[in-house]
Amino acid sequence: MNGNNYHLGKIVIAGSFLVALLLTAMPLPEWAVNWRPAWVAMVLAYWCMALPHRVGIGIGWLLGILVDVMQGALLGQNAIGFAIIAYLVINSHQRMRMFPFLQQALLIGLMVSFSLLLSLWVRGIMGVPPHSWTYWMPVFTSMLLWPWLFIILRDLRRRYHVS
Amino acid sequence: MTVDHRYGHLESLRSALSVVVYPVQYVVNLPIRFARWTSESLDTRESLIEDNQHLRAEQLLLSQKLQKYEILEMENRRLRKLLESSFKLSERVLIAELLDVDLQPFRHTVLINKGEREGVYDGQPIVDADGIMGQIVHVGPFSSTVLLITDPSHALPVQINRNGLRGIAVGTGQSHVLQLEYLPNNADIQKGDLIVSSGLGSRFPAGYPVGVVTEIKLDPAESFAKVMVEPSAKLEQSREVLLIWPHDHAQRSGEKDGLANL
Repeated sequence: MNGNNYHLGKIVIAGSFLVALLLTAMPLPEWAVNWRPAWVAMVLAYWCMALPHRVGIGIGWLLGILVDVMQGALLGQNAIGFAIIAYLVINSHQRMRMFPFLQQALLIGLMVSFSLLLSLWVRGIMGVPPHSWTYWMPVFTSMLLWPWLFIILRDLRRRYHVS
Repeated sequence: MTVDHRYGHLESLRSALSVVVYPVQYVVNLPIRFARWTSESLDTRESLIEDNQHLRAEQLLLSQKLQKYEILEMENRRLRKLLESSFKLSERVLIAELLDVDLQPFRHTVLINKGEREGVYDGQPIVDADGIMGQIVHVGPFSSTVLLITDPSHALPVQINRNGLRGIAVGTGQSHVLQLEYLPNNADIQKGDLIVSSGLGSRFPAGYPVGVVTEIKLDPAESFAKVMVEPSAKLEQSREVLLIWPHDHAQRSGEKDGLANL
């Protein structure tokens, strides 16, 4: 029974990441493209906070590589940011679980902006920096959507007893 | 990251991983394909007839132009023979379809549904019906990534069709503007000049339209003129694009194939 549950949990986690990847690749109208929240980073942060023994830096890095390949970016450009998000969340997961939504959202915003900063740095070294302040919009949309994402993923986790 | 940027060693890893990612991109593309399919099959009879008439008229015009073109090509071949210079045969092409998938923000890249299986190679030129669109930067087995000419990291050797003046068209990151670099202030260039690819650098075939000069800013304080070009390819509207195998490359890969067969 226990083993069965473990595999079900694997499927649930992988499924949530798959949906996040789909949302990342989904075409949006031109005005909304720059507002796209950092879906994968948010889902990764949730699982790292809820189940730090199952989802960690390695998975974050692998997801980052997948996103890089999907977007045709330099290999590692997103991976480094995701790995660092995973590290930060795992480091403080016990505190973050206690925080109210607002405070969690602020922390998530901080982490997303940190990963964006790293990506910006890599692009700057490559010589193709984005020259528009809308580059930072994902931080705000991620913060806004965090409570809803949190509730959805929490219900999902409780329903399928993922632990 | 440095290894990926500077050297090509990770390209095989990337193309292997792109197989893993392709289903995701395919699924994302599905609803859009479905919507397109429904809108196409629910088109009214009148609009289809209208389209048909329009296309017929266009075909008539084009075939008339083609007649003239064939005569010109023959004449060109004859004259070149007289000059004893080599004549370039027309290139091999293949139609590819764009996938409606959003890639990296703030880069001008698109995904097409042709890959290594169809013989796509790194650096291959892509055109649409109106002009040069870009070149391939990553090849996967089933899909490949195209860097558009408007990307800020893209540069393209061009010449002005009117007088053969050579220059380099660099992407600006805005989707309707290219910039011609390193043209002196006294260069013979006018608004409305057609810019075509020059074939230097042997990546893009010569003679494909790139864009039209829209604005020339002459600033005596600057050593070069600021020339803006509007791309003639419909970079944001095209759904189908053409992959081109320039003649010499096709021949080279043919030779390779021949060796492999031995």
